[in-house]
Amino acid sequence: MEENAFYVALSLLVNLDASLYQIVVLSLQVSLLAVLIAAFLGFPLGAAVALWQFPGRGGVVVALNALMGLPPVVAGLGVYLLLSRAGPLGELGLLFTPSAMVIAQVILVLPILAALSRQKVEELLGEYREQFVSLGMSRARMMPTLLWDARFALLTVLLAGFGRASAEVGAVMMVGGNIDGVTRVMTTAIVLETSKGALPLALGLGIVLLTLVMVINATAYILSETAKRRMG
Amino acid sequence: MKKTLNLVLAAVTTVGLAFSAHAEDYITLASTTSTENSGLFDSILPKFEDATGIEVRVVAVGTGQAFEIARRGDADSLLVHDTAGEKRFVENGYATERADVMYNDFVLIGPADDPANISAAKTAAEALSAIAEAEAPFASRGDDSGTNRAELRLWESAGVEPGGSWYRELGSGMGPTLNTAAAMDAYVMSDRATWVAFENRQNLKLLFEGDKVLFNQYGSLLLSEEKHPHLKHEMAAKWHNWLISEEGQQAIADFKVDGQQLFFPNAK
Repeated sequence: MEENAFYVALSLLVNLDASLYQIVVLSLQVSLLAVLIAAFLGFPLGAAVALWQFPGRGGVVVALNALMGLPPVVAGLGVYLLLSRAGPLGELGLLFTPSAMVIAQVILVLPILAALSRQKVEELLGEYREQFVSLGMSRARMMPTLLWDARFALLTVLLAGFGRASAEVGAVMMVGGNIDGVTRVMTTAIVLETSKGALPLALGLGIVLLTLVMVINATAYILSETAKRRMG
Repeated sequence: MKKTLNLVLAAVTTVGLAFSAHAEDYITLASTTSTENSGLFDSILPKFEDATGIEVRVVAVGTGQAFEIARRGDADSLLVHDTAGEKRFVENGYATERADVMYNDFVLIGPADDPANISAAKTAAEALSAIAEAEAPFASRGDDSGTNRAELRLWESAGVEPGGSWYRELGSGMGPTLNTAAAMDAYVMSDRATWVAFENRQNLKLLFEGDKVLFNQYGSLLLSEEKHPHLKHEMAAKWHNWLISEEGQQAIADFKVDGQQLFFPNAK
């Protein structure tokens, strides 16, 4: 069966039909947008927690670390209840749309980006502290410098977040509804084909998903290596 | 820095546009996995869309969850298979009308060597009693779906309270339950449509069919305008009426897998 699945995966990739293409594009759109939004919120949040001392800071650090393990289906359920017509944001009519899937994935990815960037920035701050003090820099001024200088480490953090987003199924299934042509992504398609007993096709889709993630990771690696070399 | 920001903004706008480019004329239909997995919707929805220009977006879940989605006002229309539950739904004011659409039947599946010898049974109740007596593994959906509810009613009519290590409640959909049953050589009750379209049978075989109590009626519901005024009632009514129209009924009869008709239209 495994050989069969590789064959299926190969022919899926070669004959990339319209519906698979749509599924792949939607998967990338949803997960990339979610990671992007999470980065805009999560990196400054992580850096802020690293830079400022405030009461309850330990609690925030622990909470961020713990939320990295938030089960996707719980995030999905929460967003479902929030966006359902009977819920507080029901008026927006976002349930069973790609936007709902993005929201759910932002919730899943945000803690990873915030917690890991907090750690990276804190490490860097240890190295830079004396310099910052001698320059008389405020904490708010330190933040962009630290984030920029930690950019290569943060790229890996970003990829970890993207991995989480593109791999999860529980949340997007619940808030997207796996609607053919509207909210069906790679992972929910895999669940559907498995439930039809079409195991080689399901595994084939899995291999396609992995290949995609691999390509994105390779691109990120090459870009960061080139950039590092240019900087000397 | 500014360049990156512009790039990001451009990306976000593109994605946003792509999301909003979908058609406005659509309804969301909460339905069951059996109708989706068998391929029925792939066959009849294009015909409805051709006739009316309305796209139907299907959220395929268990019947219990489908009711819940409709109760919360998250779907415009409902097509399920639990007649008793559907009638209660109407009585409770969540739907204003229910109509018979089609039926198929449940079948009993099991390992080819049939250790409980249910293929010799005359009634479904007899077959279930034989499974309980032999304490042969039985995989139950255990997910409050229409199939699960029908299965529990059958046990009741057989006078058996299923339990013990041979009775395994899986809490999953029809397909996953069949996958699990295939892996552990268990008996399982399935709707015929999902079974016929199912590809991972391994050692499983259809062992018992044809008893009238295995009849599986599907009904369409018109949801209450009063409870949920925001729903697309006009388009949902078009869908409901198309299903029970001559055209819709013919479309259902025309759907075949391997030359076998899986759903039998019976609107009145």
